[in-house]
Amino acid sequence: MIEIQDLVKVFKGAGQPVPVLKGVSLSIRQGEIFGIIGRSGAGKSTLVRCINLLETPTSGRVTVHGREITALTGAALREARRDIGMIFQHFNLLSSRTVYDNVAFPLELAGKSKADIRAEIEPLLALVGLTDKSGRYPAELSGGQKQRVGIARALASKPSVLLCDEATSALDPETTQSILALLKDINKTLGLTIVLITHEMPVIKEICDRVAVLDQGEVAELGTIFDVFTAPTAEVTRSFVRDVIDRDLPPGLRNRLRAAPTAASRPIIRILFTGPSANTPVIAEVVRQFDVLLNILQANVDAIQGSPYGNIVVEAIGAPADVAAALDYIHAKHLKTEVLGHVADDDRAVA
Amino acid sequence: MSPMMIELLLDALWETLFMVAVSGGIAGLIGVPLGIVLVVTGRGHILEHPLFNKTLGGIVNATRSTPFIILLVAIIPLTRLIVGTSIGTAAAIVPLTLAAIPFVARQAETSLREVDPGLIEAAQAMGASPLQIVTKVLLAEAWPSLIGGLTITIVSLIGYSAMAGAVGGGGLGDLGIRYGYQRFQPEVMAAVVAVLIVLVQGVQSLGDLLARKLNKRLIRSSGH
Repeated sequence: MIEIQDLVKVFKGAGQPVPVLKGVSLSIRQGEIFGIIGRSGAGKSTLVRCINLLETPTSGRVTVHGREITALTGAALREARRDIGMIFQHFNLLSSRTVYDNVAFPLELAGKSKADIRAEIEPLLALVGLTDKSGRYPAELSGGQKQRVGIARALASKPSVLLCDEATSALDPETTQSILALLKDINKTLGLTIVLITHEMPVIKEICDRVAVLDQGEVAELGTIFDVFTAPTAEVTRSFVRDVIDRDLPPGLRNRLRAAPTAASRPIIRILFTGPSANTPVIAEVVRQFDVLLNILQANVDAIQGSPYGNIVVEAIGAPADVAAALDYIHAKHLKTEVLGHVADDDRAVA
Repeated sequence: MSPMMIELLLDALWETLFMVAVSGGIAGLIGVPLGIVLVVTGRGHILEHPLFNKTLGGIVNATRSTPFIILLVAIIPLTRLIVGTSIGTAAAIVPLTLAAIPFVARQAETSLREVDPGLIEAAQAMGASPLQIVTKVLLAEAWPSLIGGLTITIVSLIGYSAMAGAVGGGGLGDLGIRYGYQRFQPEVMAAVVAVLIVLVQGVQSLGDLLARKLNKRLIRSSGH
C-alpha cells in the first residue's frame, strides 16, 4: 500500500547540513494501522510529511497505492494528495470557516458543486458526531471536537490513506481515547490505511497493528505491537515500553539481588504471561499444589490489542526441590520464567 | 462662523474625502496583491523566489522612505502624464496613491504572514493549488487583520492629504493653512481640526467594527 524505500532527508540550514532521515525503508500494508514512534527529533514528523510530499526527500522513493509520489509535481501531485488525508496535532482548521465549511473545504478545492458537497458532508458530520455543531466556528469548539472536524475534513475527499501527525498529542487522556476509538472505527468500517506518528506509547498500544520505532533517523525496531511490547530488542524501544509497562525492578530489590544462590537465599523469578495462558490462575495453583509460597514483589497485568499480557516477579519461598517442581509446573503451562537472581534474609537486613 | 465659511469647510471636506477614497481604493487594489506577492515569494513560502522577493522589497522600501512632500513634487511629470495636469485635487491623488501603495503592501504582508503556516500545510495536503491557497486560506484568514491595516492606511492618507495644498489639491488641511494660519482665522483652524478628529475617529471605529465582525477566532460572547 505504502512503500517507502531508502528515504533520506538532509536539511540544509545556515550551518552544517542536518541529516534527519538516514535511509528509512518501510512497507505499510493495506488496511492496517501503522504506528511510527520516536522521541522528538527522531525524524518521525519529517517521515510522515515525505509520504504526501509536504517535505521533499533528498533521495529515496515513496509509492502510495502503486503511484510513485516522489516522481510527481504540480497538478498530478495535487491530485495524488487527495487520496492521502492528513490530520494534525494543532488541527489546522480555518478559523474563518464554520465546521461545515471546513469539512467542505477539500471538496471545494476539487471543484465540486454545492449540492454534491452537501450530500457528502452530512454523513461525514454524522460519522464524527458533530451534526449539531455544523454552523459553529472552530473557536467555539473543544480540542476533541476540533480534531473530529479535522478527521471529517480529511475523509471528505475519500482518501485510501490517513496520515495522523501527533493527532492526539494536544488532547487530554479522555479525549485521546475517544479520538483513537473513532480512528479505529474508521479503519474498520472504511478499510482506511492509517499511518500514525506519536511520541506516546499508550497511543501505539491502543490502536496500532504494527509499529516502527524511529531513532535518530533510522528504524530501530519494527514489528507487531505484541512482539514489540513483550520482547523489545532495541534500547530505545525498551525505554518506550517502560512508559507503558514498567518491567524494571524496584531499586531496593535490585540492589539486593545476587547472581549465585547461598544456603539461606531464595530465588527471585519473573513469570511472563502471554497469550491464552495469561488467563490461568497459575500462582494460586502453584501455592496450592506445591510446598512453595510465592511472595509477589512486582506485578502488572495488561491487555495489548486484546491479548492479555502479564509480568509478575515473585520471591519463591520453599525447599529448592519444591521450587524446581513448581517451576516445571509453570513451564508445562507454557509460561516463560526467568530467574533474575537470589536474595537472602541477611541481605534484607543490610538493605 | 459665517455661512460662507461653512460652505468652504464642506467643500474642503468633500475634497479630502474624494482624495482619500480614490487614492486609498487604488492603493488597496494594487498594494494588497503586492503584499501577497511579497509573502508567497518569501523564504520557505509556497512560491519561494529570493531574488524577486528582495528586489520587490527594495523597491517598496525605497518608495516608503521618500518623504511625502518630496514625492509630491518629484513626480509632477508623471502626474501630468496620468491626469493631464499637475494642479488640483485630481493631481494630488497620484502622489497620494503612489505613497499609499507600498504602505498598504507592507501592512498586507504583515497581516498575511500572521496566518498560521499549519493552515497552508493542511491546504497543501488537501491538494490546494497556490492560487487556492492565496484566495481561500491566506486572504480568507487574514481579512480582519487586512481591514485593520487598511484602516491605518486611510487614517494616514487623511494626514497626508493635508499636504496636497502644495499642489493646489485643496482639502481640509489646505483650508486650515490658508485661512487659519495665513489669514489669522484661528476659528477656521479649530473647525478644521475638529472635523478631522471626527473623521479619523469615524474611520477608525468603522474599521474596528468591520474587523471585529469578520474575526471568527474569538468566541463572541453573544449568540450562545
